[in-house]
Amino acid sequence: MDRAEVEAKMTDLLVDELGLDRDKITMSATFEEDLEVDSLGVVELLMALEDNFGVTIPDEEAEAIGTVGQAVDVVMEKLGG
Amino acid sequence: MSRRVVVTGLGTVNPLGRDVASFWEAAREGESGIGEITHFDASGMKARIAGEIADFDPEEYIERKEARRLDRYDQLFWASTHQALADAGISYAEDDPEAMRAGVAVGSGIGGMISFQNGIDTMRERGPDRVSPLTITQIISNMAAGLVSIRYNLFGPNTCTVTACAASANAIGDAAEIIKRGAADVMVAGGAEAPVCEFAVAGFSQARALSLNHDDPQGASRPFDANRDGFVMGEGAATLILEESEHAHARGAEIYGEIIGYGMSSDGYHVTLPRPGGGGAARAMQHALDDAGLAATDVDYINAHGTSTMANDATETAAIKTVFGDGAYSVPISSTKSMTGHLLGGAGALESLVCILAIRDGIVPPTINYTTPDPECDLDYVPNEARSVEVKAAMTNSFGFGGHNVSLVFAAHE
Repeated sequence: MDRAEVEAKMTDLLVDELGLDRDKITMSATFEEDLEVDSLGVVELLMALEDNFGVTIPDEEAEAIGTVGQAVDVVMEKLGG
Repeated sequence: MSRRVVVTGLGTVNPLGRDVASFWEAAREGESGIGEITHFDASGMKARIAGEIADFDPEEYIERKEARRLDRYDQLFWASTHQALADAGISYAEDDPEAMRAGVAVGSGIGGMISFQNGIDTMRERGPDRVSPLTITQIISNMAAGLVSIRYNLFGPNTCTVTACAASANAIGDAAEIIKRGAADVMVAGGAEAPVCEFAVAGFSQARALSLNHDDPQGASRPFDANRDGFVMGEGAATLILEESEHAHARGAEIYGEIIGYGMSSDGYHVTLPRPGGGGAARAMQHALDDAGLAATDVDYINAHGTSTMANDATETAAIKTVFGDGAYSVPISSTKSMTGHLLGGAGALESLVCILAIRDGIVPPTINYTTPDPECDLDYVPNEARSVEVKAAMTNSFGFGGHNVSLVFAAHE
């Protein structure tokens, strides 16, 4: 899966599983400020990433995720890209 | 002078209608909101009928991002509260000092039962790390109260009653007392239940509480009829805006009526069965009359608990006779549950709403499906057709598993 595919799939997940507004999702958008995802939503996001990309993201790595692009980075790294 | 509490807003979503006007029209027409269960495949269940709300779309009231995080019971209460606040003409900005004097009291018998069931399924099937982080906030019975306080900026008292099928009657009574003692000027009061899922249907069914009249779903809820065979579960919510009388007058609010009596008692007898003879229920009714300063003869309408179980309807009838004496035979009594099914923790709020509308319009809705008299239930249950009655004071009864008995008295506001 290349980066463009991961980005597209990430965007779909945020819309479908977290109910976010597609228009607001950019790679530089922050979860907390721009997308208003609270702490419970972050856990939902991690579960969705793990389920849909088949990766495991430990809590300490998850804490470093601030933007959509950083979430893509973590997934790419786990996928070995 | 003591503070009086009036009703200035109403809202509901229930099996008969998704707003007050459509519900009230259907109730006056004596329609049934009962049908075969569609929320899940009930073909393997002992009980397969319920009162469901058709076409309820939470996104009519709640942003999609938020709606998906909520249990259905929360969504239903959010909807009825949205309607009620709009009806009352009340909305608070976050920095409005009035918001500090506005609170919430909500009753639910079970809370987020659907989420509870789904969460257990997920844990068993996929492991504990796949349980949703929203599980607890979806399940707990107080969250409907929490959510509307967050959404509508209600920063006063915020509480929740969990007294089974008496829960929202308790919430309304408690809310009125909170206003009377001066701790708030406005209270969002009501209840909600969304119990139509396998786990709850199986549980109530195993307790032998539910009607198994699958051949005639719309005829299954038949309170006080000799051929009743249990209650029919229903889902829904109702909200009343309670307001201190002077506060309501000062802002020129339309006033539906007044809550004047709140009585409670405990059966202290059995987890599901009412105390034979109805002594506990009778004491709740008497306490409500005493609180209201009324004699039994002043009550023009009783909205009965009337569940359609053998035990409740006979016992409630006996209790009414204890309190009303000979007057028991002349006061019109009806059961909203004959049409909506039993909204469990939401029932008391919906039935309070019925009392208020009966007072406003001078119309008592019927007990439908009443065809065969039961010698143990020999009062005037307003069979099958609504009746024009001048209602100055109305009582509603709610009795819950555990022996919680609650009666409320509403009156025209003068």
